[in-house]
Amino acid sequence: MMDNKNLRKILIGIAGRWTLIFLALEIIFFSIFGINYFSLKNLQNILLASTTVLLLATGETFVIVTGGIDLSVGFMVGFSGVICAKVMVTLQAAGASQAVAISSGILAALLLGLLPGLVNGLLVAKLRVPPFIATFGMLGIAYGFAEIICNNVPIMGLPTSVGSIGHGYLIYWLPGKIFAFLQKPENLTRLELQNLVSIIPNVTVITAIVIGIFAFILARTKFGQHTYAIGGSMDAAERAGINVKRHLIKVYMISSFFASLAGVTYVLRFITGRAPAGSARLLDAVVAVVIGGASLYGGTGTILGTVIGALIIGVLEIGLVNLGIPTYNLYIAVGCILIFAVLVDQFFPELVRKE
Amino acid sequence: MEPLLEVKNITKRFGGLTAVDNMDMEVFPGEVVGLLGDNGAGKSTLIKVISGVYHADAGTIFFEGKEVRIDNPMDALRIGIETLYQDLALAENLNVYANIFLGREKLKRFLGLINVLDHDYMLNESKKVLDRLEIEVPSLKNQIRTLSGGQRQAVAISRSIYWNAKFLIMDEPTAALGVAEQKNVLDLLKTLSSQGVPVIIISHQLHDVFSVATRLVIMRRGKKVAERITKDTTTDEIVGLIVGSLSGDYGDGNDDAKETAQVGKETSSVDEVQEGK
Repeated sequence: MMDNKNLRKILIGIAGRWTLIFLALEIIFFSIFGINYFSLKNLQNILLASTTVLLLATGETFVIVTGGIDLSVGFMVGFSGVICAKVMVTLQAAGASQAVAISSGILAALLLGLLPGLVNGLLVAKLRVPPFIATFGMLGIAYGFAEIICNNVPIMGLPTSVGSIGHGYLIYWLPGKIFAFLQKPENLTRLELQNLVSIIPNVTVITAIVIGIFAFILARTKFGQHTYAIGGSMDAAERAGINVKRHLIKVYMISSFFASLAGVTYVLRFITGRAPAGSARLLDAVVAVVIGGASLYGGTGTILGTVIGALIIGVLEIGLVNLGIPTYNLYIAVGCILIFAVLVDQFFPELVRKE
Repeated sequence: MEPLLEVKNITKRFGGLTAVDNMDMEVFPGEVVGLLGDNGAGKSTLIKVISGVYHADAGTIFFEGKEVRIDNPMDALRIGIETLYQDLALAENLNVYANIFLGREKLKRFLGLINVLDHDYMLNESKKVLDRLEIEVPSLKNQIRTLSGGQRQAVAISRSIYWNAKFLIMDEPTAALGVAEQKNVLDLLKTLSSQGVPVIIISHQLHDVFSVATRLVIMRRGKKVAERITKDTTTDEIVGLIVGSLSGDYGDGNDDAKETAQVGKETSSVDEVQEGK
């Protein structure tokens, strides 16, 4: 009996940290079997490739902690992306400077991107539409509007500086010679260019800062505490005097803010606005949250866990590419992980909900 | 003596159903009032109106002699009306002290910039109140889901006490508890009323109500049918009033003089009880 109890304790201990162990094993595996997998350049590629999933999943964590789900974020990426690109192209054609065009595009995308979240929140909180239905409807609406805005074709011809932001790095380092922030050194010889080390992509910097801020909000503030309380018991939260409706609206707006930011980073990285951009990332985002320890029944989950979950998917994806395995296998793997994780949550809740 | 809480002509309808029908009730300082009635008599609806969960369709509430508007649970909490429900309204995924401070979290400045939760303060304050009530919980950092029914009840009561409840409403406080735990909760209730905090208790367990309540209010089909001083009545009479085999005092509702006389008499009786203590 004693052995059984100890074994149980050890298992729960491992279960609490299995994501981190799994992530490390993944990296070790691909570093051994992949080509140039464990290198600064490739690790940065993984972070870049994970941008959309990281952002969507962080916003989704807030919603899932309250016991809801936001399915609209898939096409929200395209929706805010085409708004961003359209505004940039239009202003540029009207003769605005690149700085004005780019900042207006980003601002417009982030502001208009809050709208679907507001509607989702009102539907869920005030009219008591199940989150699954409200946000599923919004998924279609966002896609339709995105296609209308871009006339069914990807928006091209963006200001040239978009690329230098999206493909830029925080630090450029030429060993022994140059150490520059944000600005890529000019007039380098071909050899120097080859040796130039670029450290931390701008997009990753933005992603990390925003995720860090919201991780802090969820973990340490009253807003975060109320988010958990609503997920634990909506009744208890309401009777404790928390304005549950207003809180839920804010939570759905946080989710659509992150989706919009994902749309903006998509435009920065690919220098185009496409309606279906990022839609396939919806599954990855939800799975990242669930792998990260959140229960789809609400009340648990952390941003740190979600980030690890997103990286598990990102590392796997780039690893498969590196090994030359078609990435559609990833969808199968990710789908299986989601169902498995939910089954564990349902039948062995003590593994997920730490005491 | 002034009643601490007085509700007048409270009516609450749900569609065509009148759950509470023109209900009057008074509670005096230091009293434990038992609110009795069969399922669907309107007891829970009435206390949800008082605690701000429901809006009354008609009627007024007076607290400490003044008319008050209670539009939401926060309003009720602010003026000192605390309610403990059958399901205790605890967030099971949060720990003990987080529940005691739920909705009224203590904050501190972080780097002079942003307000964050002050866990140390909340932990220490919660420890103090649990010690005062001699309640034992394995750890205040444990999630509520790991606690027993009695422990949860104790946490819920500590929460009201900590927030200096002037008035406590308890809906079926002993329903989910073992015998020993029931006794603890009832003892706690007596302690509260002896400190001047009046309590309304709703319970189906007449034995419990008789052991703690000084006065009983009986409801049937949304209406008050009778009021009795506990020591002047019997369980048989109360059961009769609850199920309707006895007609009650306000059943016909057209004898105003009788009603006034009755209320006046009971008020003086309550005063006698107070003086007798």
